Amino acid sequence: MEHILSNELGRLIVGLIVVLIFSQLNALFLVWLERKVAGHIQLRIGPKEVGPYGLLQTIVDGLKLVGKELITPKRADRILFIIAPVLVFVPVLVPFIVLPFSKSLPLNDMNVGLLVIFSFSTINVLAILIGGWGSNNKYALLGAIRSVAQNIAYEIPLLLSVLSVVLMTKTLQMSKIVQAQGSYWFFLIQPIAALTYFICATAETNRAPFDIPEAESELVAGFHTEFSGMRFGLFFLAEYTNVFVVCAVATTLFLGGWQGPFGFSLGIPGIIWFLAKTYLLVFVIMWFRWTFPRLRFDQLISFSWKVLIPLALANLIITAGVIKLI
Amino acid sequence: MAKKVLDPPVVQFALLEDVLNLARANSLWPMTFGLACCAIEMMAAGASRFDLDRFGFGVFRPSPRQSDLMIVAGTISKKMAPTIQTLWDQMPNPKWCIAMGNCAISGGPFEYDGQYAIVPGADLIVPVDVYVPGCPPRPEGLIQGILALEDKITKGEKRNILRRFSRFGSGKKHAFRLVK
Repeated sequence: MEHILSNELGRLIVGLIVVLIFSQLNALFLVWLERKVAGHIQLRIGPKEVGPYGLLQTIVDGLKLVGKELITPKRADRILFIIAPVLVFVPVLVPFIVLPFSKSLPLNDMNVGLLVIFSFSTINVLAILIGGWGSNNKYALLGAIRSVAQNIAYEIPLLLSVLSVVLMTKTLQMSKIVQAQGSYWFFLIQPIAALTYFICATAETNRAPFDIPEAESELVAGFHTEFSGMRFGLFFLAEYTNVFVVCAVATTLFLGGWQGPFGFSLGIPGIIWFLAKTYLLVFVIMWFRWTFPRLRFDQLISFSWKVLIPLALANLIITAGVIKLI
Repeated sequence: MAKKVLDPPVVQFALLEDVLNLARANSLWPMTFGLACCAIEMMAAGASRFDLDRFGFGVFRPSPRQSDLMIVAGTISKKMAPTIQTLWDQMPNPKWCIAMGNCAISGGPFEYDGQYAIVPGADLIVPVDVYVPGCPPRPEGLIQGILALEDKITKGEKRNILRRFSRFGSGKKHAFRLVK
């Protein structure tokens, strides 16, 4: 076991298996948590009869989705329709390779970690467009187009807010960004960047109040209207894995990653700190979803272009100026 | 009467079928669609007092491609009938249907000699598994209907080993109570 882990290739293979298992379990847990959170916010209980506290509910849902018929509409583009769910699900697994769960746990601590995460999360948009176009359904196409417009609009302030952190640490390596936050977390000195990042991350993952691409009252189910069975399941899993990834990146960039507050780890292992902070942020995103009503499309786009981008840009320029002076 | 069209699997595995049926019974996702006043009771069944989500039925899917259960809740006018048939055809197998309320069962108060506007009974256009009578039935009635459908899928309540209560008190932990 020792020499397998020390070998680079062995480490990667073991890591990939762990990542696959972890991402599935994580998505199942998050779906259950979402239903519980929704229940309690709406004065309900949520799943409770299938397994203790309803814990078996999402497993049962997954089994059922595997057993459902897979429908390919007659007029759909067969190749695009089949590859879209796969293309949506695979890129969200890649960021797990560079996420710094603890000091020794990033699978491959490459010096362009942040770049890898954001370049792969952009493929998601392409996959959604392919799915919407390939279904040959007007609602799916409209949802996909909305999703592309929204993701492009929110990608810019997202990257700008990340850049201001990168300017401060002068590195794209995830572990070095965490180590730079030894004494204080970055959301204390970059509150605007942290806020912008979190808002944009919510929009990037198509979650309410930015869930316009799948607005049920207008677009049936948006880009995944025509997908049935496990193809829809992959879209579902990808969404929740994506939520976890953006929250993990927020933890790394602004909440000190595996470190405790102000450098005190309080004897708790780094991975616990990291997962606790990430799941706290995931809970906040779920809280958003069941609290805020959906935005109108023009409000959504103008909020990005008129508020978030100037704010992030000003923040970036001020950060650059301050760093130059110091 | 409409018949259910379902190709039997090429190779039959009894245990696998049982496990899948157990999963299907405990995660029936209804389609978001209502026809008349029964739909209001259906919404009430999903809301906080009755909470369908406790049993795993709370995921109302907007798209027929992702739903397992069609609840025909209300009067079916002749104009609406083809749409309901289309929606039923768009749902992937295996799928089930509940006729909720007297109108969906037999036309209800609108069925009389010489009426020209109403389809008297959902079973004339889609195959119905469970009938829930009432005008409209209370949310408890709908929940009982869905539980009966569960028993139909797992072939008997005792075979539904995942669910933590029993409606008929067969020695499980807590008996069926609606409002806690």
